[in-house]
Amino acid sequence: MKLDPKIPTGPIEKKWDKHRFDMKLVNPANKRRYEVIVVGTGLAGASAAATMGELGYRVKVFTFHDSPRRAHSIAAQGGINAAKNYQGDGDSIFRLFYDTVKGGDFRSREANVYRLAELSVNIIDQAVAQGVPFAREYGGLLANRSFGGAQVSRTFYARGQTGQQLLLGCYQALERQVAAGTVQMYARHEMLDVVVVDGVARGIITRDLVNGRVESHAAHAVVLATGGYSNVFFLSTNAKGCNVTATWRAAKKGAGFANPCFTQIHPTCIPPAGEYQSKLTLMSESLRNDGRIWVPSMAGDTRPASEIGEDERDYYLERIYPSFGNLSPRDISSRRAKEMVDSGHGVGPLSNGVYLDFKHAIERLGRDVISDRYGNLFEMYEKITGEDPYQVPMRIYPAPHYTMGGLWVDYNLQTTVPGLFAIGEANFSDHGANRLGASALMQGLADGYFVIPLTIGNYLAAVPRQSVDTTHAAFGDAERDVTARNARLLEARGKKTVDAFHIELGRLMWDRCGMERDAEGLRGALDAIPELRERFWSEVCVPGVGETLNQSLEKAGRVADFLEFAEVMCYDALARDESCGAHYRSEHTTPDGEAKRDDEHFAFVSVWEFQGVGESPTLHREPLLFENVQLSTRSYK
Amino acid sequence: MNLTLHVWRQDGPDRAGRFETYHAKDISEHASFLELLDLVNEDLTRSGGEPIAFEHDCREGICGSCGMMINGVPHGPRSMVATCQLHMRSFRDGDDIWIEPWRATAFPVIRDLVVDRSALDRLIQAGGFISVRTGSAPDANAIPIPKDDADQAMDGAQCIGCGACVAACPNASAMLFMSAKVGHLGLLPQGQPERYTRVLDMVARHDAEGFGTCTNHGACQEACPKGISVDFIARLNRDVLAGSWKAATVEAS
Repeated sequence: MKLDPKIPTGPIEKKWDKHRFDMKLVNPANKRRYEVIVVGTGLAGASAAATMGELGYRVKVFTFHDSPRRAHSIAAQGGINAAKNYQGDGDSIFRLFYDTVKGGDFRSREANVYRLAELSVNIIDQAVAQGVPFAREYGGLLANRSFGGAQVSRTFYARGQTGQQLLLGCYQALERQVAAGTVQMYARHEMLDVVVVDGVARGIITRDLVNGRVESHAAHAVVLATGGYSNVFFLSTNAKGCNVTATWRAAKKGAGFANPCFTQIHPTCIPPAGEYQSKLTLMSESLRNDGRIWVPSMAGDTRPASEIGEDERDYYLERIYPSFGNLSPRDISSRRAKEMVDSGHGVGPLSNGVYLDFKHAIERLGRDVISDRYGNLFEMYEKITGEDPYQVPMRIYPAPHYTMGGLWVDYNLQTTVPGLFAIGEANFSDHGANRLGASALMQGLADGYFVIPLTIGNYLAAVPRQSVDTTHAAFGDAERDVTARNARLLEARGKKTVDAFHIELGRLMWDRCGMERDAEGLRGALDAIPELRERFWSEVCVPGVGETLNQSLEKAGRVADFLEFAEVMCYDALARDESCGAHYRSEHTTPDGEAKRDDEHFAFVSVWEFQGVGESPTLHREPLLFENVQLSTRSYK
Repeated sequence: MNLTLHVWRQDGPDRAGRFETYHAKDISEHASFLELLDLVNEDLTRSGGEPIAFEHDCREGICGSCGMMINGVPHGPRSMVATCQLHMRSFRDGDDIWIEPWRATAFPVIRDLVVDRSALDRLIQAGGFISVRTGSAPDANAIPIPKDDADQAMDGAQCIGCGACVAACPNASAMLFMSAKVGHLGLLPQGQPERYTRVLDMVARHDAEGFGTCTNHGACQEACPKGISVDFIARLNRDVLAGSWKAATVEAS
């Protein structure tokens, strides 16, 4: 596997301009002779499909949802960053670039991040023109807030529904192209394989989820915009349908998978209420501005919070981190919460959370102020738990939230398979080992609106214009593989449900490859996963038939892929013998117990090449060079 | 809690449906309604049956995938929530619960509780957008928008496209869905150039899709998990009137 990041030469602020000029163009009349497949209709996929349709390419777009508007980008609450400097508080493209590289703990590619910061300003213009109703000030101009520990106010937002509004903007642009006939929409179609002909991506295999038909689709290029893999942990803040299938099957066809162990844990989610828990809900981090985090000092204390006196409480973040206290960064707050629960100090019916208490804030500021600031969040909490946070402290616990890892891509967002591109959360490129708040929406839209529509032209200009079809034997072979795999799942007729296996895998990954990892635990996981996978294939029960809507079969295919993918995650976490960002190896800590990076040996992107199910994948390295940002260590004490 | 569920089962679009009864035992009051269905489905799978098909995804009330009639009410007894945000503490031990798919001509049943809502996408295709080419936008602060207008636009824009308004309406009209989009875009300066063609095109498509007409029952507003007001329907009607008049004068000249 050859890793050429294709970073343009020249100073960082000129690279994208220079590249745009250097790229080959497709003549407008010829664009309609090229077909492009886009898989996924979240922010990245929908914006890419709409823009490429506008440019004149013939686009086919696929989603397993009933409508493109359901993609999980819709659930993003907080906001989107952009270096507009509308507040005049000293923000700039370079500052956003710098914050993103540093926030990613120096494990991302400088050139990509700089381009992202540059394009951030165009995204806001585009969204406003589409009618995205961002929050405004009384003078009619756009409002901003600070977010995720940034020292400037650069986050644009639409109430607590920024992801929804941005996605609806893309969705409407996409539907406009569907009406114009430039984009053909395939809803309720799940991609189950990539077809590679002579080393080049030439199409995909899908299953029509309504009638079960397995179909081939050919194109001159394939773009994957299929999101992240947090659901490998079973419980996460991701939607139930989010999965690794598209990117993993691409990996099995030769696309390198980069930094799979970089998974982000969000510190403020509502803890599980029981064995039946199906997913976790995130509560905005802004709550930590006024809430105080504590646990009972005595382990195993089951008294209600109201009966535990001030002198019997441990405000552990304030105790350990006197200067940052309850506002300590995501990864630090998450790890300390886990420590408290693991050592028997957990609270709630299942002793699986820590308190986030507003009692002092209400006494100090009054109920009205707290209600103004957090009213909608308190309501949401009450809907889910039945408890009133004005009366009793909230319970919170960390949960998997976002995956920085993904398919390796070069500066053009092309994977190691020519003609196969990956955008949005599905690729690895911009967030390094840790993503900053309000940066996911920015990256999805930068990739989809402004990068891929141009870089794909550069690729297409060099490939023959003649039409492609599905007659090549590779399509038939891939269709047969997909059909056989589904048949095998349906024929297993075991006794255990798909979810039961998924829960077992999730627990294993959370314990061994979650927010804290060590070599011994990871080796244990690498022994346990193949055994679990074997049991899955012989003992799983998938009811029904393949020729109808069969949600159990859909789930089974996705869990089967997680059971293969989980291994490469553990291999990656084991090979990265350092701590950085969200990847915390307990063997590598500073004397204060913080993540200790090893820049001398690990300033690289890990790229894994698939060698067969159950075989160890091969590790390739893309060295990371920092020419514009000085490597430094963060401290929050 | 112990509950008796009567669930609509239908094997396919052209097959006859029927209610089937399931007994759910020892359900926690903290479980969500969809987790109740998960538990029933796990039991069904283990005992050799076929699980109930239902749509769901984000399970936090924003994607709009889930939705079912619960005791005859879209999204169940609690107001301002989608089905996924409904928890069993809203029911009592021993309750009978009747669960059905959305019922509307324009939403044919695909299987069990899953219906085809693609008609809503086609309404958007008919004009629910602002025509702006990627990269051609002026600076975002070039046109100030009064805060009240932006806030009102957001009130309409927060529609999640679940279809509860259609299911609640005795005429199975999609007027609330459509008017929320027409209102969102029509309140903003960016939406003015296409304001009247948009509304006329969308209304024509609405009727062609088999949605009924609005007779001002207001059941849609009650069912809407986002609390979108029927005032948007009044605004749409005003735009239809103005739009038709404009179209007629253009034709006459």
